[in-house]
Formats: sequence, structure tokens, C-alpha cells
Amino acid sequence: MSGPASVWNADEQGWFGEFGGRFMPEALVAALDELTVAWQGAMADQAFRAEFDTILREYAGVPSLLYDAVRLSEHLGGARILLKREDLNHTGAHKIRNVLGQALLTRRMGKTRVIAETGAGQHGVASATAAAYFGLECTVYMGSVDTKRQALNVARMELLGAKVVPVDSGSATLKDAINEALRDWVASVDYTAYLFGTAAGPHPFPSMVRDFTRGIGDEARAQVLELTGRLPDVVAACVGGGSNAIGMFTAFLDDLDVRILGFEAGGDGVETGRHAATIAGGDSGVLHGARTFILQDDDGQTIESHSISAGLDYPGVGPQHAHLAKSGRGEYLPVTDRQAMDALALLARTEGIICAIESAHALAGAFDVARDLGPGGLVLVNLSGRGDKDMETAIDWFGLGR
Amino acid sequence: MSGPGARTAAAFARAADEQRAALVGYLPAGFPDVEGGIEAIKVLVDAGCDVIEVGLPYSDPVMDGPTIQAAAQQALDRGVRVSDVLRTVEAVAATGTPTVVMTYWNPIERYGVARFAADLDAAGGAGLITPDITPDSRTEWPVAADAHDLDKVFLVAPSSTDARIAMTTQACRGFVYATAVMGVTGARATTSELAGPLVKRTKAVTDLPVAVGLGVSNGGQAAEVASYADGVIVGSAFVRALLDHADDRVAGLRALAALTADLADGVRRA
Ligand SMILES: Cc1ncc(COP(=O)(O)O)c(C=O)c1O
Repeated sequence: MSGPASVWNADEQGWFGEFGGRFMPEALVAALDELTVAWQGAMADQAFRAEFDTILREYAGVPSLLYDAVRLSEHLGGARILLKREDLNHTGAHKIRNVLGQALLTRRMGKTRVIAETGAGQHGVASATAAAYFGLECTVYMGSVDTKRQALNVARMELLGAKVVPVDSGSATLKDAINEALRDWVASVDYTAYLFGTAAGPHPFPSMVRDFTRGIGDEARAQVLELTGRLPDVVAACVGGGSNAIGMFTAFLDDLDVRILGFEAGGDGVETGRHAATIAGGDSGVLHGARTFILQDDDGQTIESHSISAGLDYPGVGPQHAHLAKSGRGEYLPVTDRQAMDALALLARTEGIICAIESAHALAGAFDVARDLGPGGLVLVNLSGRGDKDMETAIDWFGLGR
Repeated sequence: MSGPGARTAAAFARAADEQRAALVGYLPAGFPDVEGGIEAIKVLVDAGCDVIEVGLPYSDPVMDGPTIQAAAQQALDRGVRVSDVLRTVEAVAATGTPTVVMTYWNPIERYGVARFAADLDAAGGAGLITPDITPDSRTEWPVAADAHDLDKVFLVAPSSTDARIAMTTQACRGFVYATAVMGVTGARATTSELAGPLVKRTKAVTDLPVAVGLGVSNGGQAAEVASYADGVIVGSAFVRALLDHADDRVAGLRALAALTADLADGVRRA
């Protein structure tokens, strides 16, 4: 949570170049303004930062390890691959950083209730966890298609004391859960904070979520320097809404020799139309409060995304990633379901680590880069989460246990 | 195409001359289908609405409650297009009643803001109500609207600061839309105690008519709102009347006419 202001940051109104901003009902503007002031105040307050760091360290297992994946690197015969082990964090993903930051801010603002949207349930579980930790009331909106697909995470949230509300409207998935959470927020904004699950949405969410997740890259940059004495050639992360990726990338944006690579969910292949690669396969539009790359039809109606990974299955992306892509500072490439699952299996067998399918997209993309770079190259990959939640999908995909 | 249509200011002025509030009726285009939607809106016109809002069905309507969501979803499922919305506007505006489009932003951006303004003007449309942008959202809409002298209706809310109400009303043309509750669209049993103070704060900084929306569903509520506002906006209650008679269109249109008459009576009772 440190570092100088960067040219990659948003302006006062939340614009990253032509992307971002705030496309929201007037009824929510006061709340977003209040949140902006509170977040900026908190970031400028040493006591807040110190408390956040302490909670992350004592409760969430942060800083996460940097792991030198020797056998994996040998197997690929290319560059040395280093893994930032966000999968070892409490609740199993980078998401805990964001929710603890936002919940701490909620307490500072004197609000008593949090709401959240969730797709696969990871952000919902993290939000329910943070709510339990801070003693806040918690309601999680989840598409009814997803509550059925992810019954285990629904049970987790309920055990943690959260109320899970299935959403039937629209496509009954993540984007509709966001719509329903926004509808709740309009009516409850006096006492409720919306813990947004990724670095997207209206200003200040993209910048605020980045501030709460950028520890990933700040830690990794120092860890890589200590381990190898130099900066990596490439930094890779998967991109759904973009919170783990921006958390990893931020520390490296001004290191212009470091290539920034974001891997989106290519689903069945971008050419099939069944994918969630909003940068590679979408175009500019407005969704959920920001101008960014989205999947849309000729009339501007949102198109449903497709990915084997629920956490990447979203038809939008954070506006800072849109800006990094457009400016050329970041490169964003699709990885198919098959490539990701192959990478997941390879990591499991060479290193004994079962990662989240989301993270496997970053791995798969990094493998290609590592081969191109060859020995002597150095690739840093954000292993954003662990794979426990994905075992049912893995059972079906690989035909396990039969 | 029919060429420039009536703007909303004329309708509000006429209502003011008659010492009453204007009745503003909303229905989404394409609900239950494009022709049926046009027919339903014409019933609103015939039974006493002074201004018509044609909703542009959108996949992610964050400001709408279950009733309008259901209607919009039904229209989308049947394949309604932006061109159908313009066709609906053209048919309704031909009655001489000022007709605005109520739309979430992305479909307009996708269509092309300047192109939409030109096509809306050519269809006889009066302007846009834009619930998910504010004048400071940095869109091309104000410039495009000005080029065609179209109404720009932005929303004010109970949570708006006085400074934001001043900024917003300054950017409006036609009328100002005051959201009576902190919440989404949907008929409510009681009118909101937040609406009166909001209208007062709004009228303190603008001479534009101020219309109140969100929740009105009968003549009594309309009369209450009409006692302090220049316009009463009704949407979900009209949609509900049609949804309740989904199997019998004639009965649905009859219910719509009766509800409109009740509301039209209400805005004259204050
Ligand atoms: C482990 C993991 N990685 C990545 C993501 C994608 O989100 P983001 O792009 O915001 O990091 C998710 C979302 O659920 C996740 O659970």
C-alpha cells in the first residue's frame, strides 16, 4: 500500500484515460462521494494502514510466500517461474485482502451492514468472513444458477452468519447479482456499505480495490528482488474483473522493462463467441457504472459470458485494465478452458499444488511466455487462489474417481 | 419520418394553465410485443396522460424493481430492438403527445449518441430521460441533445446535495425528474415523505417543472403528489395492470384505461 502516484492512476473523477468514470443513478452519487472521501482519508492515515497490515498479517496469512517452482520450470524447459502464493491466504484467495480493507473502511465510516455480489461464491465467502470478523451484518446476492452450482460455498456463507439471496432476474448469474446488490444499496445506503468484489464498477471502486490488493505486487516485487537480485521479465495474472491482476501489476507499472500480461478466459475459444475475454473479444461500452470493454450485442445489450472458471465468467473488466490495454502498457490475451485445465493438472503433478481454475489461466499463459523466453528468463505468476472450490469441475473435466 | 414532435414543456405549461399537475405515463416498448405496446401506450394517451415515457428495454436495469424488470425481460426475450423503440416513439408522437425515451445509457452509446439524437428527433421524440447517468458523467448526450433541441431529463434524488441539485437542474431541459424514494421502481402502498422536501429543494433552484416518480399507483396518491409537484410519473402500476391480464389483452387495455382515468382525475383533484 505504498508507492508514488502513477501516470496509470485515475484522475479525480475516476477516469483512466477514456475508461472508468461514474455512470450511476444520482441516488447513489452521494454514497459514492462519501466512500471516495473515506477511502482517500483512510489511505492518508498511517493508523488505518498499520491496522490493515496487522489484520492481514495476523488473520489472513499475508505477506504470502513467493515460491520458486523449480520442477515446473525444469519440466517446461524454459524460463524460471516464480509463483506468488495467494492461494495460501485465509479463505484461499487474494480476495481476502480486498474485503478486509473494505470492511475496515466500513467500520471507520460507522456503517453496520455490508452487502456483496458473488459468482462462484469466493467473494461472498470472503465478505461473509470479513463481516464475521468485524461484527457486521452481511447479505450476499448470488445468481440462482450459481447458488445451485456452488452449494458448498452457499453453506459456507451461511455458516459464517451471512444471508444468501438467490437472484432470478436476467441470466441469474454474476452480472444480475451485481444489479440486485445495487438495487439493495439504493434503498439501504444510509447504513450499508457495498463490498464490491473486483476492481471494476463506478469510481472509486476500481482505484479503491486496487489500493487494497496492491500489496500482492508490492510484496512480490521485493521478494523477487531478494531471491534473484533482479526484476522479472514478465508478470502474469488472470483477469476476471481484474482485482488480483491490478493488485499484482501496480508495483511494476513504472518498471517499463517488465512486461505486463493479463490472461482472460477464452472459454471455448474467442472465435466461438463462447468466452469471457472482454478485452480480446469485446469492445468499449458502459456496464455497472464504468466505461470499459464489455461483451455486448449490436443494441448494447450485455451478452452472457462463458468460462469454465466461475470467477472469470463476467462480461466486463475493470477500467484500469482497459486503459492499460489501450495504452499498450499491458497485454491481454485469451486462454481457453482446455489450456487452463491442462496447466492446472501440470502444476498439480510437478509441484503438488492444486490451484484455482482462475489462476490456472495465468499459469497457462505464462507457460507459453516462459518457453519463448527460454532459460535465463524470469516469469512471475500470481497464483490467485487454491482449487478446493473447483474439485467438482475437475472431477467432470478429467473424469476423476471413476 | 414525421419530423420534430412536441416537447414536454408545452404539456407542463398547459397543465399549469389548468392549475393541475401533468400526468406522465411510462411503458416499455415491445411489451407485450411491439404492436401491442404501441396500442397500450395509445390507451394511456386517450385516457389522459399528458406526457409519455417509452422505456427502452435493457439487459441490466439497475434502477428497476421486479415489475418493470419482468416487462422489459419479456420484451427482450421476444427480440425487441432499438429500432422498435424508435418505431414506437414515432407512432405515439404522431398523436401529438410529447414522447420521451427513458433509457439506460449503454444502448444509446452503442447506437451512437449523435445518431440516436438525430433519429429520435426525426421520429418526433421529445428527448431522453437518463436514469443511470448524471450531467457530470462526461457523455456526449448534452451536446447531441442541444443540436436537436431535445429535452434532457436528469434525475434528482433525496440523497442529492443542494449543490448537485443546482448542477443537475441546470443541465436539464423540459422537466426535472425527482425520485420520490431511495429505492427502485415499483408501486408502493404509501407515498414517500421524502418527495415533498426534495421537490421544494429543487424548485428553489429552477423554474423547470418538477415531476415526481417512483411508487404512485392510484388517483389518491396522484392527488397527494400533485399538491406539491408539477407532474406525477406512473410506470410500474401501468405495467402491473397489463401483467395482471396477460392472458386477455382486451381486459388489460380496459384496466389500463381505468387506471389512467383514475390517475388523471387525481392530478386534477389537488
Ligand atoms: C482465485 C480467484 N482468482 C481470480 C478471480 C477473478 O477475479 P479478479 O479478476 O477480480 O481477480 C477470482 C474470482 O472469484 C478468484 O476466486
